[in-house]
Amino acid sequence: METKAFQKIYTKIIQITKATCSLRASGVGYEELAMVNGRLAQVVKIIGDVVTLQVFGGTEGIPTNAEVVFLGKPPVLKVSDDLAGRFFDAFGNPIDGGPEVEGEEREIGGPSVNPVRRKQPSELIATGIAGIDMNNTLVTGQKIPFFAEPDQPFNQVMAMVAMRAKADKIILGGMGLTNDDYLFYKNVFENAGALERIISFVNTTENPPVERLLVPDMALTAAEYFAVDKKQSVLVLLTDMTLYADALSIVSNRMDQIPSKDSMPGSLYSDLAKIYEKAVQFPDGGSITIIAVTTLSGGDITHAIPDNTGYITEGQLFLRKDSDIGKVIVDPFRSLSRLKQLVIGKKTRKDHPQVMNTAIRLFADAAQAKTKLENGFDLTDYDERTLKFGKEYSDKLLAIDVNIEIDEMLDTAWNLFAKYFSKAEVAIRSEFMDLYWKGE
Amino acid sequence: MEREVKQTKGKIAGIIANLVTVEVDGPVSQNEICYIKHAGIDLMAEVIKVFEKKVFIQVFESTRGLKVGQDVEFTSAMLEVTLGPGILSRNYDGLQHDLDRMEGVFLKRGDYTAALDYEKIWDFIPLAKVGDTVAAADWLGEVTENVIPHKIMVPFKFAGKYSVKKIAAAGEYTVNEEIAILTDSKGLEYKVTMTQKWPVKIPIKTFAQKPRPFRLLETGVRTIDTLNPIVEGGTGFVPGPFGSGKTVLQQAISKQAEADVVIMAACGERANEVVEIFAEFPEIEDPRTGRKLMERTTIIANTSNMPVAAREASVYTAMTLAEYYRSMGLKVLLLADSTSRWAQALREMSNRMEELPGPDAFPMDLPAIISNFYSRAGFVHLNNGKTGSITFIGTVSPAGGNLKEPVTESTKKAARCFYALSQQRADSKRYPAIDPIDSYSKYLEYPELQEYLKTNISEDWIDQVLRAKNFLLRGKEASEQINILGDDGVPIDYHLRFWRGEVIDFVVLQQDAFDDVDKRTPLDRQKFLLETVLGICNIDFSFESFDEVNPYFKRIINTLKQMNYSEYESEKFNSFYSELQTIIKERK
Ligand SMILES: Nc1ncnc2c1ncn2[C@@H]1O[C@H](COP(=O)(O)OP(=O)(O)OP(=O)(O)O)[C@@H](O)[C@H]1O
Ligand SMILES: [Mg+2]
Repeated sequence: METKAFQKIYTKIIQITKATCSLRASGVGYEELAMVNGRLAQVVKIIGDVVTLQVFGGTEGIPTNAEVVFLGKPPVLKVSDDLAGRFFDAFGNPIDGGPEVEGEEREIGGPSVNPVRRKQPSELIATGIAGIDMNNTLVTGQKIPFFAEPDQPFNQVMAMVAMRAKADKIILGGMGLTNDDYLFYKNVFENAGALERIISFVNTTENPPVERLLVPDMALTAAEYFAVDKKQSVLVLLTDMTLYADALSIVSNRMDQIPSKDSMPGSLYSDLAKIYEKAVQFPDGGSITIIAVTTLSGGDITHAIPDNTGYITEGQLFLRKDSDIGKVIVDPFRSLSRLKQLVIGKKTRKDHPQVMNTAIRLFADAAQAKTKLENGFDLTDYDERTLKFGKEYSDKLLAIDVNIEIDEMLDTAWNLFAKYFSKAEVAIRSEFMDLYWKGE
Repeated sequence: MEREVKQTKGKIAGIIANLVTVEVDGPVSQNEICYIKHAGIDLMAEVIKVFEKKVFIQVFESTRGLKVGQDVEFTSAMLEVTLGPGILSRNYDGLQHDLDRMEGVFLKRGDYTAALDYEKIWDFIPLAKVGDTVAAADWLGEVTENVIPHKIMVPFKFAGKYSVKKIAAAGEYTVNEEIAILTDSKGLEYKVTMTQKWPVKIPIKTFAQKPRPFRLLETGVRTIDTLNPIVEGGTGFVPGPFGSGKTVLQQAISKQAEADVVIMAACGERANEVVEIFAEFPEIEDPRTGRKLMERTTIIANTSNMPVAAREASVYTAMTLAEYYRSMGLKVLLLADSTSRWAQALREMSNRMEELPGPDAFPMDLPAIISNFYSRAGFVHLNNGKTGSITFIGTVSPAGGNLKEPVTESTKKAARCFYALSQQRADSKRYPAIDPIDSYSKYLEYPELQEYLKTNISEDWIDQVLRAKNFLLRGKEASEQINILGDDGVPIDYHLRFWRGEVIDFVVLQQDAFDDVDKRTPLDRQKFLLETVLGICNIDFSFESFDEVNPYFKRIINTLKQMNYSEYESEKFNSFYSELQTIIKERK
């Protein structure tokens, strides 16, 4: 962003921390942008004539006589259909060698949708993955994260889900992506011939961490343009929100705020909610669906980041390696899609809810039998059968490499029921038993 | 009563997020409302701390673009709600602005819509007569709001005794038309309309007395009504980790509870959950009146993406509306989801003001704030001898699901019912996930309620409830033993004990909130169910070996569950019941 001739230039910085610097200035608006020696910064505090700026690129090498110019506006994104197919950095500058996008300038991080203008979500998103479609069905307008260990293939699964979902636009917000992962996404999008549906805002590990704070708002401003103005269904992928929250804590700690749990700022819940609540279904068909990644450390979901996320999102998807079949599965116990009841048995076959619950119950019995086995207790005949069922269920339905239609998922489950259990053990309502029971 | 004063003005001196400091030129009071003049719009804010000429205000809006030196005007009023007919079936934001009347898809800063419809005409019927002596909250007249007899009262701010000089004749009036003239002891006259204002942070205490509550409030949720009942005018709270079922439970209660008026404060939670209410409540029938649920409901929505400062206000707004309807002699149910978000809003402000933090960086006075709030609920005798009540149930979202945190602990001291949702139960889909052993209702120990239950359900009801709790406890102990020693390492009797607990759990406690029949169990059916289940638990079934116990009890549970899914005393229900008797006979 170039500076204009008449703008006042300040050259006296009075305080510098790792992420912020302060100076005396007047007539400055809260959240206004500034340039500090060519680095983009934003006003985060004003006390009298002392203005504190959060410098996105970090303050390394910033001198006390740095040139500071205020830009008179908060961060903006120029929106138009030309965004489609383009790759941008956290500031919305092209990184794909293409031209600047022309369009209407919109403030990012804008106001919320009036709740009475929303519509209750009801459109199913089919992914082909039974661990999702059958057990944790996704719906447009939903917000849901993957809770995953850093070594799990969440980027692959997310890319797969994105490519199979029938969204008009897919917007990737990459925060602290490794360059390899960035190229992976780029590759997937190109190979699928889907580039014209995709927009990316990317901050890689090579970029300064504080820049990440802009990525979700940039991605969601673009999403709102397509969902509101163009009435399109938009899927937003945010990865990795843990790194976003880490950047928040860097800034708030530099501003001497009293940290709350896990040295996260006390406002973490509100900060994350402002992002996730941009997910919305509009009555006229436009929608924003958010699928995010929150990496865990040591599987600890009580850590402030996943904990606050769980309180905001509409469920969560857990990936786990199932050592019995040597594949990654969508864990049916810890995963949950809270919006699934809006579609299952309504948009899908009527037996869907019962089949889903029964299969999970039997899988839980298998887990219990396994514990018994490990503790050296004798197994009953029922235990033996659940173990076999569990293995096959995991392989044919829970594994992330499954790609089938929902009806086929249900039929597969019915086949497994009949293969290993009696009718009484399955105990599904008789009206469905009569229709779908595959045994005698 | 109002005295002309020079309005205090000020200029912005500092901004940190939604905390703004203002240099003022005159007197201000704590919690006074002021407006920031910004680019042609007024942004509402509340005074939260004063230090000499420097006033700290929390802005109920985004502070983006505000500048030092901008004008601020003080109103000399605290945050107030507008009371009058037409509040029911409205959707308000946390400051009682009507969401439906706001323009556009997105919320706009400073778009402050009126709380009431000033055009609407109401059929007024006078209740007071000329010459009557009246005081604050006494009923002057009545209009019908949806189905509710809405009383027009002497404004709550009127202190002392008044005499009715004039009262409007029965007829049609708008809320701002004069419906009475009152004179005070000095002969001064006051005009009264159908509307009045009241500051939300001050409890409305116009009732005669607040006795201990004693009447059961039927919710249709078995694990509450049967095991740990709440009463009309009682308080309860529902702590639980995310996804454990707080919202589903509260929504079930809001749909089913025996209340005249329901006020729901969506406090810092998901917008989609509010949308669910918007979508469903106008469709669902209130079983008591045959009218739509929305007609008796008001929603205060401050979802998690709406301004944080208004989140704190939202619960007070909701409570004040509840107090207003209670003064009309109505049974009000107030629900807030989640009170933790409100506490977090307090924490954010307290941190920005650099106050000395208490545990987990919450403000030091958090316990006092919470208990003051809960104390506004209750069962009251009005001055005219009628009764009214506010039953309050709040959810709590403990960080990390750990109940040893300040909001849960403070609330535990304030609320009389504790419905702890357990992660383990939620994980195994045993909904509602209320832990039957940790949860309690202090009301069960009240002789007043015990008496009520004896008269209205049965003489030995409390004994039966205690027996059921005992079976649950013994079942849990047995299950621990079996896990340690193995299925064949314990006597068969342990298996029996375990399964008795399971029968109560699966059949009485677990309840499908999404099944049309199962979701709501009336009290007479709960009585039948508990008696049936206890009957089974009391039988000494005979088994040869432990592996017969499991399949047998599964059959019993399955049959009982089918009964739960069937219309009470229907043909299907009865046939499952006789099937159950046959199964029982097999091993008696
Ligand atoms: N009584 C019930 N019957 C069936 N399913 C239930 C029941 N209660 C909860 N659930 C399931 O659990 C999910 C989460 O419930 P809910 O939204 O009430 O959790 P919560 O405790 O409010 O979580 P949060 O703190 O994140 O808001 C629901 O979407 C539903 O799938
Ligand atoms: Mg909830």
